[in-house]
Amino acid sequence: MLAKRLIPCLDVRDGKVVKGVQFRNHEIIGDIVPLAQRYAEAGADELVFYDITASSDGRVVDKSWVRRIAEVIDIPFCVAGGIKTVADAAKILEMGADKISVNSPALARPELINELNHNFGQQCVVVGIDSFFDVASGQYQVYQFTGDESRTQKTRWLSRDWVAEVLSRGAGEIVLNCMNQDGVRQGYDIAQLRSIRDICTVPLIASGGAGTMQHFTEVFEKADVDGALAASVFHKGIIEIAALKAKLIADGISIRP
Amino acid sequence: MQLVIVDTGCANISSVYFAFKRLGVDATISRDARLIKAADKVLLPGVGTAHNAMAKLQQAELIDTLQSLQQPLLGICLGMQLLTRHSMEGDVACLNLIPGEVLPMQSAGLRLPHMGWNTLHGLSTHPLMRGFSVTDYVYFVHSFAVAPSQYSLALCHYGSDFAAVIGKDNVVGAQFHPERSGKTGARLLQNFLEWQL
Repeated sequence: MLAKRLIPCLDVRDGKVVKGVQFRNHEIIGDIVPLAQRYAEAGADELVFYDITASSDGRVVDKSWVRRIAEVIDIPFCVAGGIKTVADAAKILEMGADKISVNSPALARPELINELNHNFGQQCVVVGIDSFFDVASGQYQVYQFTGDESRTQKTRWLSRDWVAEVLSRGAGEIVLNCMNQDGVRQGYDIAQLRSIRDICTVPLIASGGAGTMQHFTEVFEKADVDGALAASVFHKGIIEIAALKAKLIADGISIRP
Repeated sequence: MQLVIVDTGCANISSVYFAFKRLGVDATISRDARLIKAADKVLLPGVGTAHNAMAKLQQAELIDTLQSLQQPLLGICLGMQLLTRHSMEGDVACLNLIPGEVLPMQSAGLRLPHMGWNTLHGLSTHPLMRGFSVTDYVYFVHSFAVAPSQYSLALCHYGSDFAAVIGKDNVVGAQFHPERSGKTGARLLQNFLEWQL
């Protein structure tokens, strides 16, 4: 039976793993390669590396760390951040990444999703969506340039509409970052994830809000997501992956032991 | 041992190269027919679409070379699909080394692509499958698959059964990604390295 995936996310800035609260105030957690290796050995099902500076800086970012990760890691990994063209994506995939994830550049130029699908196949194309619940309008809205607070801005897209759009353009997986929950460890945004799950025909990965092991059980049981992504609870040792997997298996969730 | 990874151009070759490196084998990545013919073992990787991959092999004039190999040949993911007669992904003729056809997955409403870790069953006694058990998980990413047949060495279930590993004579293929399937995947690659015809 297909297992639900546990996905530690490593936010990368200048070759170091960092983590902020609600996308802000980034602190350095450690070096990429040893952290990646530690997670692979601990039982992570997949890893995601977000180069959070890339999209907002508009500069060419050194991605040689992708190759160093590919050398040591024997589980799948996805690279996100600053991928604006087919050529950018080709470089990352050649260095050994299994998937590439696009976010702000896809908002700026949605055809990028079609181009990536055409060149590398649907299975390589992940679309990351930063979604924020706007209390005033009562709607979930898509934000871009979330790696840099000074440039973070609301887009014209409602989250559900953008999901439908990226699916129609050939996205193979969606990572939904629920910004209101990010880094505060109060649980995944079940209501929003369920609403997106209804219209999402490809794998959906929950992101933002994991604080306890029970939060993982809830997101798999109540929102039927294919994977759960988390950062701080893993980086800070609040949750050990082996213990989490044991609990999820005991709760009847399909998990790779 | 001379292992050549066929440079298909559209494949995720680095991760396959590094997986063998972790097993102590420094493979050669090449599209040179002479090197491929002279290899002890040949690996056909693959990420992308069957149509593009076959076009790349054609451009490199490697179709005949791959079809006439006598040494062990392992195809991975799309590389495995290319070993069959035909793929419906782009309606393209493949290498026709193992009978079978690549069809859209019959997932009975389950989400596609079939992406993630899944278990195997129907394990054969083929040397490639040595040490495998039905509790092992391996990593899949695909939307097309080959139906179970007498050439299946292992099956996987996602909505319906499909061939997870196939083999005939000197040719074998894995639908999953052994290079991304942790220790279980490394076992398949090690078995391939040790496989004597």
